Amino acid sequence: MNEKNLKKKSLEYRKTILEIIFQSGAGHTGGSLSCIDILNVLYNSVMDISPKNFPNLDRDHFIQSKGHSVEALFTVLCDCGFYSKKDLNTLNQFNSHFIGHPTKKVPGIEHNTGALGHGLSVAVGLAICKKIDQKNNKVFSLLGDGELSEGSVWEACTTASKYNLDNLIVIVDRNDLQITGKTEDVNPIEPIDKKFKSFGFETISTNGNNISDLLYVFQHVPVKENKPTVIIAKTTKGSGVSFIENQINWHHKVPSKDEYESAISELNEKLNSYE
Amino acid sequence: MNKIGKPNLEVFSETLLKEARKNKNIIVVTSDSRGSGKLVPFGKELPNQIIEVGIAEQNLVGVSSGLAAGGKIVFGVSPASFLTARALEQIKNDVAYSDLNVSLIGISAGISYGQLGSTHHSIHDFATLRAINNMTIVAPADNFEAAEVIKQAISYNHPLYIRYGKKPMMDIHPPGTKFKIGKSIVVKKGEDLTIVATGETLQRAYLASEILKKSNIHCSIISMHTIKPFDKETFIEFSQNSKAILTVEEHSIFGGLGECCASLIAQNNINVKLKILGIPDEYMINGSQADVLDHYDMSPEKIAEISKDLLNK
Repeated sequence: MNEKNLKKKSLEYRKTILEIIFQSGAGHTGGSLSCIDILNVLYNSVMDISPKNFPNLDRDHFIQSKGHSVEALFTVLCDCGFYSKKDLNTLNQFNSHFIGHPTKKVPGIEHNTGALGHGLSVAVGLAICKKIDQKNNKVFSLLGDGELSEGSVWEACTTASKYNLDNLIVIVDRNDLQITGKTEDVNPIEPIDKKFKSFGFETISTNGNNISDLLYVFQHVPVKENKPTVIIAKTTKGSGVSFIENQINWHHKVPSKDEYESAISELNEKLNSYE
Repeated sequence: MNKIGKPNLEVFSETLLKEARKNKNIIVVTSDSRGSGKLVPFGKELPNQIIEVGIAEQNLVGVSSGLAAGGKIVFGVSPASFLTARALEQIKNDVAYSDLNVSLIGISAGISYGQLGSTHHSIHDFATLRAINNMTIVAPADNFEAAEVIKQAISYNHPLYIRYGKKPMMDIHPPGTKFKIGKSIVVKKGEDLTIVATGETLQRAYLASEILKKSNIHCSIISMHTIKPFDKETFIEFSQNSKAILTVEEHSIFGGLGECCASLIAQNNINVKLKILGIPDEYMINGSQADVLDHYDMSPEKIAEISKDLLNK
């Protein structure tokens, strides 16, 4: 998919994220908006994952370890044809599988996540599996920056390095904020790149809300043979909607009717500029 | 006299090696537990079927889940104590909730580590794992059960926890016995009381029944190797037809075999006496597995004595 269409999609996705959170009355607005461009590029230009090939294992894999940004993932999977918008609209309703964290009951979801610090070990297991089976597929995993305080993340890194998992691509959604405040105030995690490097990863930093930068970076992974890669994607929490950007209270705030309409008109204006 | 067999842990590793030779899809994951899991020969013969993650139990369970998600039949092997406490959330979310084909092998379970103390004992594993949806829990008693559960685990296709001790175990079951996960084994039938035991305490219950026989007391012995799903049918049938029930387990008296039996008796309005033997809520006494079990009233002699008390004999 060309860059212009991807950029338009990112705006459409933002509208859908806000719509489903507004309609269902719950969701992680800030984090979903910060990682949406990453998911957009991954599903539409990078990964070999589709509703058609999903049932067999001879394809790429994606584990969203920061499970709370599920509205972004649900939105992209819906657009990729894994289920209908009607299904997605059941988000948070009684007895719906579309809940506040990914579950495999939803088509296209690889693994149940939500508790932080779990996804990377699972991704490492899948990547080892691909090596054993001598398959060329890649395993991608999206982590939050606040999530990096979980010790289990670093346990997983040691194994990724030991088994030379160059088929493992980790993306850190570096939006600088977590529920309490700035990550560097809550529990400093910098220098992230040096930490991963010392655990045996090749690291790349990029603008995680810039489609062309993301396309460029994903064309160049893995960076080195026999080494796992981490992409530190610098993002803005709440990216794309001026009054949501960088606001701690939008971690899981639901927009009011006025806020929702104002956000949609801001996104529509940006979309119109592409026409 | 029943013969003393091998440690169940050894039977586990030998059985797994035999199966893994035939089935290249079987993968073992260890957390520096290759030696204590008796898996050194496995590692030497099938180096491509063993993954070592170091001393990192959470990672062991997560990596096992990923391998299973990729289509492997996975055995995650780690000391029961660390596996089921430190990595409990990974067991809950990555294995059970995600319904993956992972058999978690808790080695040196219960109080097998003896004098190494409470950090190394797992007297909580039945209780914690029973409360996790979609977990199956098995504690094999003798070499036969230890081998059979592994053969069935390979095609079980769902989350499974199996705990093994490391002392040689007496052969209880005669040739031709049938083993099925979820179905208890009636070792013997007697009209006076029923002793229900799980895992390595079965041989103690069995020896107690031999002592009781000399006093003309005849008991039924049930090997409740599967703690969950519990074989309610067999248990209810025996509790309705016995004068008393005695449960014996190498586990806390909270949340294990005994309380499971108590719940069934209460909820099915069965009028039968019940006594639960296990580890009480206190700073545990130090000693070998055998000495500690004896101390907490689980010697064959004491089990026999308590049985007599229950029957007022």
